[in-house]
Amino acid sequence: MSVSPASQEPIVTLRGVGKTFGSGTVALDHLDLSVKGGEFLAVLGPSGCGKSTALRIMAGLAEPSRGTVAWAGGDDGRRAHGIGFVFQEPTLMPWATVAANVYLPLKLAGTGWDAAAPRVSETLARVGLSEFANAYPRELSGGMKMRVSIARALVTAPRVLLMDEPFAALDEITRFKLNDDLRTLWRELGTTIVFVTHSVFESVYLAERIVVMTQRPGRVFTELAIDPAGRDAGFRTSAEYASLCRMTSDALSQAMNARTAA
Amino acid sequence: MSERAIRIALPLAVLALGVLAWDVVVRINEMPPYILPGPELVLTTLIDDWPVLWRSLLATLTTTLEGFALAMAGGVGLAVLFNQSRWIELSLYPYAIILQVTPVVAIAPLLLIYLSQEAAVLACAWIVAFFPVLANTTLGLKSVDHNLTDLFRLYGASRARVLWELKLPAALPSMLAGIRIAGGLSLVGAVVAEIAAGASGAGSGLAYRIAESGYRLMIPRMFAGLLLLSVTGIAIFFLLSWLSDLALRRWHESAVTRET
Ligand SMILES: Nc1ncnc2c1ncn2[C@@H]1O[C@H](COP(=O)(O)OP(=O)(O)OP(=O)(O)O)[C@@H](O)[C@H]1O
Ligand SMILES: [Mg+2]
Repeated sequence: MSVSPASQEPIVTLRGVGKTFGSGTVALDHLDLSVKGGEFLAVLGPSGCGKSTALRIMAGLAEPSRGTVAWAGGDDGRRAHGIGFVFQEPTLMPWATVAANVYLPLKLAGTGWDAAAPRVSETLARVGLSEFANAYPRELSGGMKMRVSIARALVTAPRVLLMDEPFAALDEITRFKLNDDLRTLWRELGTTIVFVTHSVFESVYLAERIVVMTQRPGRVFTELAIDPAGRDAGFRTSAEYASLCRMTSDALSQAMNARTAA
Repeated sequence: MSERAIRIALPLAVLALGVLAWDVVVRINEMPPYILPGPELVLTTLIDDWPVLWRSLLATLTTTLEGFALAMAGGVGLAVLFNQSRWIELSLYPYAIILQVTPVVAIAPLLLIYLSQEAAVLACAWIVAFFPVLANTTLGLKSVDHNLTDLFRLYGASRARVLWELKLPAALPSMLAGIRIAGGLSLVGAVVAEIAAGASGAGSGLAYRIAESGYRLMIPRMFAGLLLLSVTGIAIFFLLSWLSDLALRRWHESAVTRET
């Protein structure tokens, strides 16, 4: 178990972030987390530990009850970076075609369709959905909808991509395929990715760094650097992958037993 | 037989049976037309009195459509206003409910005192019809997927943008459901007001014609007028259903024919 070197500048830092809901539920307790520019970070934790809450706070969609969220360059910095957010569900507008759904962020930024069209079709091609540009969401499979959702997040070429268990509802084959696509995207575009998941296997396969969270109220239990010799086609079946998964799995079960008093 | 054919054939068969039974009862008992006219007589009356009935129908239809248009505009407009301002919603919504639960039959005579007859009839059509549009649209505007709302926020969309691009399209199915109900109700409102107005001795609409025929014991004409009114109501319902399906056909579960 090694801690990843802080080689790059943090792009966003959460310090002592806590979140208590009106119902009295303490979702997060003193969460310290910083995301470095360009990294692929996985946030791993048991269900209900506050992962979604943390991601929403990071994106500015929820206010922390305690602590601070600092983006490099302040709030303007956050806007300037551009954030792509992928929800756990596809969250598409059912009344709009695939192309119109992907166009949405550009439209809201004031880009006309003529100017946006090339980028929309390029992004759709990237997720392999060019043929379905004019289809409606209900005509797509679950995996295809998720890819539309990812295309929508990518279309603004965001510097930061926040993803909340985007593949949790998919079958394994589709998930593996999308995992590979996401790795490729990340390598090609140099986007910073924060990927929330409760799958040990997925986090090890995707990320360079894994943050393991405790049970609710969530806080960081430990960090793991995932630095395999190579992530080629054989990685998923390699002994190295298996041992990294075992290490991560152990960390997760320790985290679940670590009932540190809040 | 296909599902569609059965859907049409069964109600038609019931109708035929009903008309037959009606005819038989009238013939066997040799009922005089001023008590119960047979179907044949009603039909010939409809044809003979067509000029009068048609003019009356047009009058009623005009009020109905005007009331309906105002109900749509008022219902959707108020719903949007309520959605934008919680204060306005809290202040006015109770009164919308009061207007809805007070029977229009009771309001109509009162309105006839203070308004011209046309205005009173129109007001009645509006009062009965606007509430379903308001209630359904209000619900629709509130049932937007929270994540989509967050997405719009993330991209810095203005309130107007959120309303136009997100809330209104999301509300469209329930809005249309409300509008479909309002179509039939505006006819009911117009009819009720006309009957009330008929009691005061003036009017030109179909319902007034029915009431007048009643006073003059022209029972076959009453039936003919009633028949015309029902057919109109049915036509309004089907027209609106068709339009609503057309609008939602591409995306909404209620309107798509699912391919399996
Ligand atoms: N809007 C809310 N109001 C009240 N409580 C909430 C709200 N959102 C989340 N919670 C509570 O906060 C806790 C953390 O929720 P959160 O959605 O962040 O968990 P999670 O780690 O994303 O779980 P999962 O892996 O199942 O998605 C849960 O106990 C949940 O009940
Ligand atoms: Mg979650």
